[in-house]
Order: sequence, then C-alpha cells, then structure tokens
Amino acid sequence: MAEDFFQGYWGASLEVLKKYNCRVWSQAECQTTGGLFKGTILPRAAFQDDQHIVMKVNTGYNIGVDISTITGMVETDYKKANYHIPEKEFPYTEGLPHVKLLGTGGTIASRLDYRTGAVIPAFSPGELYGAVPELADICNLDTEKVFAVFSENMSPKEYIALAKKIGEEIQNGIDGIVIGHGTDTLAHTAAALTFMCQNLPVPIVLVGSQRSSDRPSSDAALNLMHAMTAAGHGDVAEVMVCMFGPTSDEYGFLHRGTRVRKMHSSYRSTFRTIGDTPVATVDRKRGVVPIKEVYNHRRNDRDVKIIPTFDDRVAILYYYPGMKPDVLDALVDNGYQGIVWDGTGLGHVNRGMFDAIQRATDKGVHQYMTVQTIWGYAHMFVYDTGRDLMDRGIIPAGNMLAETAYIKLGWAEEHHAHTREQRNHPERALQRLSRLSGWCT
Amino acid sequence: MSTNFDPRANYELTKQQAGYVERKKATQEDYDRIGFMSGLEVHQQIKTKEKLFCHCPAGQFNKFEDYDAELIRHMRPTLSELGEYDGTALMEFKTKKEIVYRIKNGTACTYDIDDTPPFPINREALHNAIIIALRSNLNIVGEVHITRKQYLDGSIPTGFQRTAIVGVEGLLKLPKKDIRLIQLSIEEDACREISDIGHRRIYQTDRLGVPLIETVTYPDCKNPDELRETCEYIRFLGRSTGLVRTGMGAGRQDVNVSCTGGTRIELKGVQHAKWIPELSHNECFRQWSLVQLQERLNREVGKEGWKVEVADVSFPTDYLPILDNKAKGGALKLVKLPKFRGVLSHFTQPGKIFADEIADRLKVIACLERPNMLHDEMLEPVLTHSQWHKLAKRVHATDEDALILVWGPQNDMPTAIETIEERCLMAFDGVPKETRKAVCNGITIFERVLPGADRMYPDTDSAPIPLDPAFIKALRAEMPTEIIDRYYKLKEWNVPEDCFRYIFAKNWYPAMAETVEKLSVDGRTVGRFVGMRLKHLLGKNAASKFNGETLYKLFAFLKEQGLDSRLAWNMAPALVEDATMPMEQVLDKIGFKRYAKDDLLTKLDNLCAGFAPKKKSCTDLDRQNWIMGQMKEAMGNIEMKELANNIK
Repeated sequence: MAEDFFQGYWGASLEVLKKYNCRVWSQAECQTTGGLFKGTILPRAAFQDDQHIVMKVNTGYNIGVDISTITGMVETDYKKANYHIPEKEFPYTEGLPHVKLLGTGGTIASRLDYRTGAVIPAFSPGELYGAVPELADICNLDTEKVFAVFSENMSPKEYIALAKKIGEEIQNGIDGIVIGHGTDTLAHTAAALTFMCQNLPVPIVLVGSQRSSDRPSSDAALNLMHAMTAAGHGDVAEVMVCMFGPTSDEYGFLHRGTRVRKMHSSYRSTFRTIGDTPVATVDRKRGVVPIKEVYNHRRNDRDVKIIPTFDDRVAILYYYPGMKPDVLDALVDNGYQGIVWDGTGLGHVNRGMFDAIQRATDKGVHQYMTVQTIWGYAHMFVYDTGRDLMDRGIIPAGNMLAETAYIKLGWAEEHHAHTREQRNHPERALQRLSRLSGWCT
Repeated sequence: MSTNFDPRANYELTKQQAGYVERKKATQEDYDRIGFMSGLEVHQQIKTKEKLFCHCPAGQFNKFEDYDAELIRHMRPTLSELGEYDGTALMEFKTKKEIVYRIKNGTACTYDIDDTPPFPINREALHNAIIIALRSNLNIVGEVHITRKQYLDGSIPTGFQRTAIVGVEGLLKLPKKDIRLIQLSIEEDACREISDIGHRRIYQTDRLGVPLIETVTYPDCKNPDELRETCEYIRFLGRSTGLVRTGMGAGRQDVNVSCTGGTRIELKGVQHAKWIPELSHNECFRQWSLVQLQERLNREVGKEGWKVEVADVSFPTDYLPILDNKAKGGALKLVKLPKFRGVLSHFTQPGKIFADEIADRLKVIACLERPNMLHDEMLEPVLTHSQWHKLAKRVHATDEDALILVWGPQNDMPTAIETIEERCLMAFDGVPKETRKAVCNGITIFERVLPGADRMYPDTDSAPIPLDPAFIKALRAEMPTEIIDRYYKLKEWNVPEDCFRYIFAKNWYPAMAETVEKLSVDGRTVGRFVGMRLKHLLGKNAASKFNGETLYKLFAFLKEQGLDSRLAWNMAPALVEDATMPMEQVLDKIGFKRYAKDDLLTKLDNLCAGFAPKKKSCTDLDRQNWIMGQMKEAMGNIEMKELANNIK
C-alpha cells in the first residue's frame, strides 16, 4: 500500500495540502491573512472537519490553521515521528510465580492513534516492563493478545474464547491469569467467566483502568500491579475483578465476578461489590488480604472444569412505567429463549404486561425477575403484583444483579444446566444456583 | 583534606575569575561580556466566574487547614506524542513522591481531582484570552487545540496541565525597543503547594483550574532592567483590558536566562516584577561561573571514566543531624569525588558554592531534607581537618580529591549517590538544564530538570475549537487604544513617570482619559491625583468603593462649580471613605468655604500692605510664603498660582 502522506485529511484541507505539496510530518511554514505559522504538520483525526490543518509549533503545542486564511505554504523539512514504547526484556526471576496476561483490548501503557485521537495500547512483556518496571518484582510475566476489541464490543463469542484459553493456560501449569479488559463490560465478562470456568485451582483476575494510561495519574499501572499480585501470590482462586478500592492510589479491591458492578462513569473507584463485601483487598506491601472467610482456595491440581457455552437468545428488559407488551412480544416472536426482567421495587411490572408474560411462558421462554434498585432482593410474595407475575411464570432471582442474571441465563440455556426443575420449583432452583460463586447472597 | 587549601579564598578567587559584579554596579558592558540573554513567561489569571474546564468558582480560596477530604496520587511518566519520555518526568518518577491533595467542597469537584473528564472550555475565558492576544499583536490560530503539558511534580492531579495556544508570533512595542512574542496560551492554574517534606508533598486544590493566560517572549532582553520593563509592560497590557485578576497570586512570571556558553534556565514563579533584575543578574553570573568551572574541569580533570567512590562510614561526631539520622537507622555514606579539589567551593551565586547545587538536588531528587550533606570545602566548616583526614583514609583520598558525607534513609541512598555523581558529571558539560526557584536576596535553588517539548501531547478528552475568522476580525476592529498609546498619552499630559505603574496596574487610564478629555481638566493634575493621592489613600483602604466613576464625578463637580481642580486632593479622603457621599457634603466635611474672587484679592492686598517682617533677613520668598499661608482657606476657590501672581 502506498504511504499515506495526508493522514486523516479530507475534502478542502486535503486539497490545500496537495496544492502546496506539504505532507503530514513535514516542517512547514504557513502564510495566512492572520500572519505566519511555523511547525510540523500533524495528522488529523478523521472525524474532524476539513477546514483546518493541524500543526505542532516548536514549543510543542498544537494549533489549527483555518484553510480559508491560507495564502501560501511551503515544506521546509520532513521527519516522521517514530512511536515506540521503550522496550526492555522482561527479566526472569527464579522463585517468582508465573502469570499470564491475556489482552482483550484494554490499555495498560499506550500511545496515540491520530485517526481517532485515542490511545493505542502497549502490550508485550517488554513494553509493559518499559512502562511499569515494578511488575518484574511481582512475577514472571508472559502475555498474549487474545483479541483487540473495545469493552462494549465484547460478546459471548469472546467469553467462550477466553474461557477456553483459561483452560489451556491452567493445564499448562500457570500460577495465575490476569485479563486486561475495558471497564464498561468488565463485570459482564467476569460473570461469564465465573460460570464457564468452574473449580478453578488458580486466580483469574480481570483488570482495567478508568483513566487512560497515557496520563501520569492513570490508575492503570497500580491496578496492573495489584492484579499481578493477586494472580501470582493470592490464595483466592476465583474469577475476580481487581480495581481501585478508594479513589486514592492506596489499595485495590478484589470483587467476585458475579457480584460486581461499574457504578460511576469515570471514578477510579467505580467498581463495587453489590449486596456483599469484596472478597479481599490487595496492595503491594501486604499482598492479598481476604475480607471474606469462605472462598475458593488456590490448589496445585489442574482439575478445572471449563463449560464454554452461551445461547445469545436471551435479553434484559428494563421495565419503565407505560411499557407496552409488544416489546416483550417482539422478543418472543424473534425466538428469544430467556428474559431477565429488571423490575421496579421488590420486582414488579404493570398489569398491562401480564398477558404478554403468560404468552411468553407458554412458548417456553424462561423469565427471571431482578430489581432496578440494584441493592436488595426481589420479594415477589409481598404484593399481589409479584404473586401474579410468579403465577405467570416469572421466577424471582433474589438479589442477583440483572447483568449477572442475563449472563447466567445465556450460559445455562445453552448448557441445559437449568432444567424443568427451575420452572416447577423456583426456590430450589435458586438455592442450587446460589451455591455457585456467590452470585446470590 | 589539604591543610593548605582555603575554601573561602577559593570562593573569592572563582568569584573574581567569573568577573562577578554587584547588580547596582553592573553596566551594559558587563552583561554583553557574559552574553546576558533573557525572556519571560508571564502568567495572569483571567477574570471569570468559573474555572476553565469545570463549574467550580474561580478566585475563591480556602485556608490550608480548611478541607473536607484528602486524596493520594503517584505520578508516572508517559510517552509524549512524539514517542519520547520527558527528562523531568523521569526525574520526578525517581523521587517516588506521594502526593496528597486537600479538597474542599465548593472550590473543587471531581474534574479537579481527575475523576471526571473535562467539561467544555469556559468561553468567557477564551474570549478574554483572544482579546489580550489581539492587543499583543499575535497571529490568532484558526482552531484552538487543547494540549496536555505533563507535570509530574503533582501540582496538577491529572499529571498534566490542559493548555492551548491562542496566538503566535506577536510584537510588543516598548518605548525603547521592540520585544517579540513567541505565543500566548490559555491554561488552567495549578494547585497551591502546602508542604514538601521527605517523600510527601501536600497541595491545596482551590486555585487549581482557574483560567490563566501565559505570554511568552523571545529572549530579546539584554539586561535585567529591560526584562523588568518588559514584564511590567505585559502585565499592564493585561490589566489595561480589565479582563485579568489583580492582587496577590493572580500573576507570576517565569524568567528564562542564559549566558554565553550557558543554557536556558527557567526561574519559576517570580511573584513580583521588582525581584526580576536581581534574580536574572545572579542567574546569569551563576551560569557564567559554571562555564568557567566546566573549562577548568575539562582542562584539569576530564570526564572520561570519572566516577565517584562510595564507602559506608561511621565515626564519632556530635553533629546533630548525623546523630539523628543514626538514631532513625539511616545510612551514612562517604563519597569521594576524584580530582575535585576546589570544585565544591567554586563560586555560583553570592554566598553560594557548587556544593549547594548538589545539596539542592539531594533535597528534590532523593527527598533528603537539608542539611543532607557535609563536605570538606565548606565555607563554614562543621568537621575538623583531622576528622576529614581520617575519613579520607577510608576511601584512599588524596589532596586532589574532594569528599562528601551524605546521610538519610537507607532506601534513598542509591538515588542520593546517583544524584551526586550525576550533578558532578554535568559540571563537565557546563550548565545543566533546569528550572530554579527564588528563595531570598536574589538567590535561586534547584527546582526541577527543565522539561522539553516532549512533554506535550493532545488532549484526547476534548475536540478542537474552531475560531471563526469573521469573529476575530470583528474583535480586532473594536480594539481600544493600544497600551503604548496610553503610555505616550500620559507622557503628553506630563504625568510624573512614578505614577504610571499604579495607573496601569489598577487600570485607572480609561476613567482618567474620560475625565481629561470630556471635562478638559489638566491631565497632569488628574495623573498626580490618581498616581499619588489615590495610590496612597486606597493603599490604606482596600475596601474603598472609590472607582473610575467617582473620579469622573469629582472632577465634573469641581468644573461645574467653577472650583479649582486641585481641591480634589483635599476631598479625596472623604470620598475614599464613602464614595457615595454627595459632593456638597464632602465640601462641608472638609470645612471648605466659598469666597468670591474679588474678596480674596482684596484680602490679599490687605495682607500685602500689612506685612511687617519680624526679622531683618526676610526675603521676598519668605514674604510670599507667609502671605500664601494666610490665604490657605482660598484653596479651591481660585488657582493658588494665580493668587501668588497677584502678590504685590
């Protein structure tokens, strides 16, 4: 492919650059009606307008020059920027645990992408060592990029691939696994892996960052150090999310994959265990300090059970006043097998939905009730509405989080783990499911 | 230590070799000889209601002990846009500082502590910055790009300052010379530092995020006075728009200085323009002296293979800091600097020597509180000759070698030794690039390694802001009188120059011009009234409501009443106390009595006729003074000069 000398420019601004034969990364002098501008021509983010040319002036600042004011341009030099994250060989230390970092697309260290103006992650052990040298004191690290997707683009296909990968790595004798992941759907992935990877002998720690790693105050490095500590040295062999405890750079929480939720769009301390305490805290001095007394301990065997299944014909319905039954009908008619309701209060929807709910049950669709209040239980015996809904086939899901219930349902539908038993004896079903990984408390 | 070596004599000798002269005695020839070159970065807070990227109030400050929460951060260097790590960034990382932010509800929000991305830029601030940029004759950019400038010292919780260029390549026409401008940018102010002890630095977040403009000049100033004049001009220019804040902390400047063979050193955060000359003078000579040292070291020692030797020591001493360190379980290291005899006591600044350069860096980089070292060339020795002699034996030091004793926590020692060696090696290359801060008496100390352009990269959280050329054109068209024109106008009015600073600094000019032009009042009278009388009175009463409008009303009243405009001088105290007081009442208060001109002249004649000197030696001037003294009450009714002319 021919080299793109006008990266990101289009329309009128591209014409101007071509007219004066000035390339991106060239040193240029740009004469305008408002005076002279000198600097390096930078690529432009593709989503921005075609009326400006971006220059980096000698003091390091960027500016935009309005093309309607340009009277002349001349290229005086050309030097393409060479991005590299300083790479140093990750040192091997005898006696330290072996940890595998699986990448899904989250950022640990990064550089800029001019197309989107966003950041590109550094990932190889060498790059990571260059950015966070403290990692070498924690473990021996190996990395693998499983895929590179934004958190919001993670789907059951990726959950399955990750679960299989985890199985392989455990069989290969790894001491712990860290998964780098965008934070938006980190909790969903954590729930999926909890169901798919059972009887774990080693910790599986999912980690992300809330502040991009291209800034000095990023939480990425500290989160990564905490996650590596938990994966390599911790005794809790479960699927966990490791993120900031408080908003300060102090310690991390290890949250159970099924009980964790992102609770703020931008805080560092966004992840919270809902309706329970986190499993443990982790910091670099004291390592993993369990909060819960009962948890799955690390073992030396490799008897992990991987159940990598998912039926994506399941959905979450967030109830709102005035909701019309055709919303549910449409899902049923499209062949959906399971619905997780996110109901009001103790687990309610309006009477107008009753017939549609009955119809769904009659067609064999499994329906569960979670609560919009996030905290608390679906108590469907308290009011008539709740009893009416149960009568029509909705099963209260306790204090299971709606997202966890959705993942659980998708996994179980395919796995056939949930049987007719659930419909006939909802309490028993709930009891049985609760034994798994604390996803109900 | 050589018994023949006298550190103080060496200090005086090297000072003389550098040709150091006191600033008062320095001439342009002295500055030309050492190649004085200097420029400025002038920061002024823009007057806005809110901060630059959030809705917190701007200009509200809390006491250091008044806060609701504390927050901890550690800063870590990241790659710049061009893929490099910045030098300062790496140094700051080495220091492993724990940064604590104090947060008060009401003056800081989640944006300030970097837990929320920025809100859209404050348009009022941007608009004001553009106006000031236009007045500075800068080329306004077509699109404002928010850029991140890395600061790992913790002064900004994100680890970078959001900043953007508004204009580049301007020109200021000072009375005696033109000063070129590199750029003007709009940026967010940093936190206020509360303390910095050991590995913990504490900041207050109230000032954080307040909009600033930074005006950067080329290094066009060739002596310290030009530098001060330029600084004052830029500040006056800002103030003349009425769009910038005034008062303590609202403005400060960084002074860039170099000498021939030296490098650009940035003196940070100079609060007053009057400190600039002494600071820049001393800095230039510090560099010049380091250049002399560089030549000597390369001639007599040679950098190739030079390195320090270190030994753990322990010896009996009653020096408290060392005893204290020992009690805390700290380390004590002896460092041999081969062939460095005479280097540590080499003159750098008045009363300061090369060893201070090392001690300053130990404080900042290795976090060792001062005193953190002793050496065998101290101007005021702590250890005796024989003690140093014994120590010298431990590292097989000869008379040619210099010795440093350094102490502190065990964990900080590797960085400390590295810092000592690094600074010594830098001496072979001349003047290390750094930022320095003023302490007192025109002396500066090391602050940080000077950051480069490598610390700049685009803000991925905000989109570029296009500026409509038509909008800029319209703003340019309504530009009021240039400050330089104001300067010349005051000259034309024959206002004494010592009044200028106050008039510009407090932006009295617009009201004065209106008074002089609309009322045809004598400009010098108004100038003196503002620059002397009001300066004095308002200086004692900061809460006074006396403003430009009061000034105009006062002179308008005097004109309307046919009273002498100099009566304003007497009326001022009452009006400064209560600016709303009706003018007639002010006259009553000062006991003013109206007299007809004819009555006054009659009285004058009578006085002249009745004058009977008591002394034989009485001159005409004595007579005039006595008569005018008797006519004091005429003040305001008639011009006193006219009255004097009528003395027969």
